[in-house]
Amino acid sequence: MIAASSLRKAYGPSVVLHDISLQLAGGECLALLGPNGSGKTTLLRILATLLRPSSGALSIGGVDALRDPGAVRAIIGMVGHGSYVYPDLTAVENLRFWTVMGGGDATHERLIAALQQVELDAAAHDRVRTFSAGMKRRLALARVVLGRARLLLLDEPFTELDQRGRKWLSEFLLAFKAGGGTVVLATHSLGSGLGVADRVAILHGTRLIVDRPCSDLSWEELRKLYDSLTEAQEATA
Amino acid sequence: MTRVLGWLAVCALIMGLVADFGWAPREMTQGNVQRIMYLHVPSILTAYLAFALVLLGSVAYLLSRRASWDHLAASAAEIGVLFTAITIVSGSIWGRPTWGVWWTWDARLTSTAVLLLVYVGYLLLRAMVDEPEARARYAAVVGILGAANIPIVHFSVYWWRALHQPAAMLGPGRAPMPGWMKAVVLVNWIAFTLLFAYFVSRRMQIARLEEQA
Amino acid sequence: MPYTRRALAVLWKDLLTERRSKESLNALLFFSLLLLFIFQFALGPDRDRIRVALPGLLWLGLILAGLLGLGRTFVVERDNDCWEGLRLTPGDKSAIYLGKLLGNFTLMLVVEMLLLASFGLFYDVALGPALASLCIVLLLGTVGLAAVGTLFGAMTAQLRARELLFPVLLLPAQVPILLATVSLTEAALLGQPLGEVSHWLKLLAGADVVYVVIGVMTFEFILDA
Repeated sequence: MIAASSLRKAYGPSVVLHDISLQLAGGECLALLGPNGSGKTTLLRILATLLRPSSGALSIGGVDALRDPGAVRAIIGMVGHGSYVYPDLTAVENLRFWTVMGGGDATHERLIAALQQVELDAAAHDRVRTFSAGMKRRLALARVVLGRARLLLLDEPFTELDQRGRKWLSEFLLAFKAGGGTVVLATHSLGSGLGVADRVAILHGTRLIVDRPCSDLSWEELRKLYDSLTEAQEATA
Repeated sequence: MTRVLGWLAVCALIMGLVADFGWAPREMTQGNVQRIMYLHVPSILTAYLAFALVLLGSVAYLLSRRASWDHLAASAAEIGVLFTAITIVSGSIWGRPTWGVWWTWDARLTSTAVLLLVYVGYLLLRAMVDEPEARARYAAVVGILGAANIPIVHFSVYWWRALHQPAAMLGPGRAPMPGWMKAVVLVNWIAFTLLFAYFVSRRMQIARLEEQA
Repeated sequence: MPYTRRALAVLWKDLLTERRSKESLNALLFFSLLLLFIFQFALGPDRDRIRVALPGLLWLGLILAGLLGLGRTFVVERDNDCWEGLRLTPGDKSAIYLGKLLGNFTLMLVVEMLLLASFGLFYDVALGPALASLCIVLLLGTVGLAAVGTLFGAMTAQLRARELLFPVLLLPAQVPILLATVSLTEAALLGQPLGEVSHWLKLLAGADVVYVVIGVMTFEFILDA
């Protein structure tokens, strides 16, 4: 599903990502770990075709993402740091707008059903301006639920969700994978994300230093490795 | 290559100066001030060449995303603005003894001034965008619109003048030029074009180095 | 057609947002009324002086309102990260441009009609006989302003020097539109049939076509990476 080779991103002399290569098959979930500032968001944005890499190759779903980003966008769903909501529109109206823009079917029933899934149906006709951060995050996920994405790119999706929200998201991602969808999950904490991941990769100092199936590593090993890296980073910072 | 251009330009300029002052005779009605035309006309012609290159560079950049096209557009715009400014100032200096005013809203002068404004805006945009990739894209769009606007501006300004003031005064160069005058203008034009090519070439080198820094 | 659906979705979203927040429209309408007073104070109490300058003042007022209103056209997108969301949408991005253009056109048209009406009222100008011609000029002129304003508004929305750069880019591009609309307005107010100044009409229409086409073709480059 994803085939990235030797991706590099530099802003002038400062290199953010160096020689990143990864492969992800359909139906798999990759957990991308890394402390803040390690370039997770940058890598995610390159995968989403929001950023162009300085060099390297990227193919998503068999399409060259660098030559034809438009074709790739149709199959990608992204939930990033931003919430993509218009504050003066209601939840339903926001959802309708983004669904139409994504080319989907925006019937009232489907919109309400999606809001029910993220438990926002009670606030469906409230203006998003009144929403909390967690509610906005759930609205963004509702948008993804309605989309026809085959690849989900999620940047710290579990933050700002309460226990129930996290459970819902984990179940949703598992169901999404079972249906053949692929997920890349970026997070800086070893928490809920690992429950759904098949592979784990760690970004550290602009490079991808670990990339193994979850079955290979035990949780303690991963914890130790990750902690040592974070400490090393803090020591040099 | 650039150095050769530079030397060629210097030689041509010297020839031009000789032609301007040594060979060309004193013009009858206007006197020696008329010699400014040998600066004024080649300048605007070079400016048009510059802005054509801006259009070319802009379109080519958007299609290919190769930075060198953007460097061409930016360099050509800078030098083009310089030559446009020279055109306007020399026109103004010519106008003063000839018509008694520093500035007149004559069609040609006005549309040249608007041209200057468009491309100064282009340069200001470039100065205010930090990220080089976004800068190149935005500048390309402005470059394309600016170029497309040039003929529209020309017509509108000419008609505007015609509506308000019939051509009471002969603009510079409106009278048919005698052969020798054309020859001198040509020599200077070639010199200016070479000089322009040299400047653009150097400027592009600098741009390439800046990008790598 | 999905393209049309998306353009209309953008238009619908903008109109709805505007109706709810009333941010732009109220301020612009009030601004237009303020201009009446400013022009009057700047040109003095001599009624004839204002009457002679009227076509120019009308379009000057619209351009000033445009500088305020059009510069903000993509700010709501920028403020809420929706810009990125728009970048992620599949398909031809020019649909977004056309949707925004229609919204801006409507906004500017409303402002212009108010301006025209209040000029007629406050400066005591008989608009009746010229109304049909004036409407045609209004429509054509506003298209040109909105087309370039939407394009440059998108470009400058992301820049820190937006308030400075937007007028600097917009005004030179508006020169031919200004010249054409003022000449046409003058002719209309003098009672001339528009056929006599048809060359200006053609220039204006031609400029509008050029600007909209360039906008449609280059908008994706402003949005894209």
